[in-house]
Amino acid sequence: MSFPILSLTVWLPIIAGALIIAAGNSHARKFAMGASIVTFLVSLLLYTGFDTTTSDMQFTENLAWLPSFDINYALGVDGMSMPLIILTTMINVIVVISAWEVIKDRPAIYLGSFSIMTGLMIGVFSALDAILFYVFFEATLIPMFLIIGIWGGPKRVYATIKFFIYTFLGSVMMLIALIYMYREGGSFGVLDLHALVLNEQQQFWIFLAFLAAFAVKIPMWPVHTWLPDAHVEAPTAGSAVLAAIMLKMGGYGFLRFSLPITPDASAGMDVFMIVISLIAIVYIGFVALAQQDMKKLIAYSSISHMGFVTLGIFIAFQLIAKDDSAGVALGIEGAMIQMISHGFISAAMFLCVGVMYDRIHSREIADYGGVINTMPIFAAFMVFFAMANAGLPGTSGFVGEFMVILASFKANFWIAFLAASTLILGAAYTLWMVKRVIMGPVGNDKVAALSDINKREFWMLGLLAAFVLLIGVWPNLIGNVMHASVENLVQHISTPKY
Amino acid sequence: MDNLHIALPEIFLLTATCAILVVGLFTEAKSHFVYWLSQVALVVTLVMSFSQVGEDAMTGLSGAYTVDSLSATLKTWILMIAIGILLYSRDYVGDRKIQKNEYFVLCLFAISGMMIMVSATHMLTVYLGLELLALSQYAMVALHRDNSRAAEAAMKYFVLGALASGMLLYGMSMIYGATGSLDLHLIRDILAGTSAEALSTERTIGARFGLTFLIVGIAFKLGAVPFHMWVPDVYEGAPTSVTMFISTAPKIAAFAMLIRLLVGGLDTLNADWQQMLAIMSALSMVVGNLIAIAQTNIKRMLAYSTISHVGFLLMGIVGVTNEGYSASMFYAITYAFTTLAAFGVLLAVSREGHEADTLDDLAGLGRRNAFLASIMMLSMISLAGVPPAVGFYAKLSVLQAAVGAGFAWLAILGVIMSVIGAFYYLRVIKMMFFDDPTDPVEINVSGDVTAGLAVNGIAVLALGLAPGFIMAACIAAFG
Repeated sequence: MSFPILSLTVWLPIIAGALIIAAGNSHARKFAMGASIVTFLVSLLLYTGFDTTTSDMQFTENLAWLPSFDINYALGVDGMSMPLIILTTMINVIVVISAWEVIKDRPAIYLGSFSIMTGLMIGVFSALDAILFYVFFEATLIPMFLIIGIWGGPKRVYATIKFFIYTFLGSVMMLIALIYMYREGGSFGVLDLHALVLNEQQQFWIFLAFLAAFAVKIPMWPVHTWLPDAHVEAPTAGSAVLAAIMLKMGGYGFLRFSLPITPDASAGMDVFMIVISLIAIVYIGFVALAQQDMKKLIAYSSISHMGFVTLGIFIAFQLIAKDDSAGVALGIEGAMIQMISHGFISAAMFLCVGVMYDRIHSREIADYGGVINTMPIFAAFMVFFAMANAGLPGTSGFVGEFMVILASFKANFWIAFLAASTLILGAAYTLWMVKRVIMGPVGNDKVAALSDINKREFWMLGLLAAFVLLIGVWPNLIGNVMHASVENLVQHISTPKY
Repeated sequence: MDNLHIALPEIFLLTATCAILVVGLFTEAKSHFVYWLSQVALVVTLVMSFSQVGEDAMTGLSGAYTVDSLSATLKTWILMIAIGILLYSRDYVGDRKIQKNEYFVLCLFAISGMMIMVSATHMLTVYLGLELLALSQYAMVALHRDNSRAAEAAMKYFVLGALASGMLLYGMSMIYGATGSLDLHLIRDILAGTSAEALSTERTIGARFGLTFLIVGIAFKLGAVPFHMWVPDVYEGAPTSVTMFISTAPKIAAFAMLIRLLVGGLDTLNADWQQMLAIMSALSMVVGNLIAIAQTNIKRMLAYSTISHVGFLLMGIVGVTNEGYSASMFYAITYAFTTLAAFGVLLAVSREGHEADTLDDLAGLGRRNAFLASIMMLSMISLAGVPPAVGFYAKLSVLQAAVGAGFAWLAILGVIMSVIGAFYYLRVIKMMFFDDPTDPVEINVSGDVTAGLAVNGIAVLALGLAPGFIMAACIAAFG
């Protein structure tokens, strides 16, 4: 067995997190910084050592964990999970920068929790055993529960309990489905589950169980209501991690579990899924337009953008019916790129709000106006990220949405038409917010007293901006690694299981 | 006397307990001598019981007593938990007007009773062990004699407990009438028709009739709905250290009694008791979790939480497979030491003249004493069944058993109820970490209690990461 790089990326941040908490508040920041950078560098080994020609799992590890239950400690990545792992470790570095001087109350526990959560989320993306996946999936709730509950806003207790209960309820249904499939097939291995033959009825119920878990996580309309609460109350970095990575666990779950395990049920339910994705895109877009609170607006825009992810995934089945496998791959890759891109952009948007909140302690749009006059550098960043959020060509936000819309066009004009409406709606709610917050004359005395971003904030936003641009102009950077895996997935879901 | 040596741990413990009772008369009120003697006795018994793990099953005392891997494993856990109970309750009992020598001696008697229950394969031995446990517990609840609520709780417990014992005895007599035997091995053979005596239909009906009463008695001792009424009142009224005692180790013993009677003796009637247990399991999970939400007294909350966990425990047995029984066994063991940690923290937070028994008493514990708060948090996460704490694997194993036996509806009900349950466990975490302290007094915990709690808390987490060896032991017990 070769050197266990994946285990290292999972456990390094977890152990570092425990040590950060143990080391106490005075050393926490530097320690956390070091740990997050080392984790990021280690995770880059996954990128450099990745073989883009195969769809097989790479960097695999397999140890018997609970032999009496046939549960294994099985890890491995393919083209769909590896980019998400890099995204996770990267956002972790940003989180540490963002917390540097902002978090004064118990920084050790704060940074330690984020570090532990990073490890757990990497675990979610690399687990190849269904129970191991479930353990990581659920365990991420605990640090997030504490982060929102301890460092959050005034209604934090309500928000964090709602967040926990909502997502917990979704995932226990998945647990029952996993146990049921173990009874049928005798294995918890994810790849064994892919091969498990299930009839129509079984697939239908298993699909619903997975849907309960992943739809809540993404979140899809109508089970999205926890997200605005959690986002608004969470501390800045909490919102960023929630939007950038935790939501992706749902999209990843669809690609790793729902589609390959229940392809026929997914095909049967595709119209339903497409319709609720479109509702998320259009209706939630209008909801975002009406928000007075910046964080809430970005939260709703997240839901709307994640609608593209589910649309891209489920439009595939319309195209399979038309025998257009290139279009299928286009939709799924678009969904993948949209997830990565949304990870960077939403994190950046929340951090921008955080930068202003640290200075004025308000998230209300009405409390701002003319920030550009006092914070010109910041305003440039904010406008850039807002453009990316609206899907401006040249930024990463454009690539994913464009691919999904293109795939939708191949399937049905009206689906594409509704999906494309986001290009207008997204621009409307984002740019209108920017207009009211950033542009115009100085709104009030507080804004007049603002000071521009410091070096730390510049690096934090600059790094994200660089990635948004990089993926925008060179999407193949991540597109290349996922081609083989996506093709394999398309092949798999195109053949009925029974 | 045949095979007397198999009961050596119990014989030693009972003898030591009697000696300690006498020694206690000559010690000073302030000294911890009796406490340490009791601990030594428990450790020696633990070593003796542990040495029986892995040996071949042996029956002795005319078939009344069996030592097998089930009993050896369960006794080992009961004794380890008992050591924790004594450790955590020492300072609590010392601070209050509770005769502590008698307290420790009663604990030891109760533990002997549990060990007898675990090994009993004859209905009389079952009853003997059960009553030794129950009578000691009644006295322990009443030990805080100046406290009128404790007296009330003791009365309730005694009256209802005696009623349940009566039911159990009645059921045993019916089964004796049907089969002509009290020996559970013989009863099993007779009912299965493998022994010389064939059983007529009327006599099977008699055995079924008796079974119903047995189930009532067992359900009462476990605290399963609808025989749960005593649980919250006794938990609330009893001194916290006694509540800790009642809610931990005796559940393991009651599980063993259930296995000995139903699986060991009445296995052929499993179609009958499976239905009854399934209904009680469902009711316990629903009632326990829903009512727990409304509680502000943490002892009452934990009482309803116990009821819901009994529901989960029964879910494994409903599977009527060896796999299901071992799942329930795992559940009983992990539940007991997780709850032990929770009560250990409550006892540490209580101090002289002040009981920590409402949720508000835990407010801001994270700031007052981060160590205690994190142990409590681990315990709550485990009870809620959230990975990676050990409680998750316990739930996973019983859910597996239920799904495997075709009780998918029970499993789905179970997970929905566990989500509802998560709410009140989270509320405890919320009180500790998100709220500000109302009581600024510093909490001092002695060194050995800290060490004990640390071991206990780490067990909840570490066994969650590597639960393999306990599971293996549980599977071996029904191998």
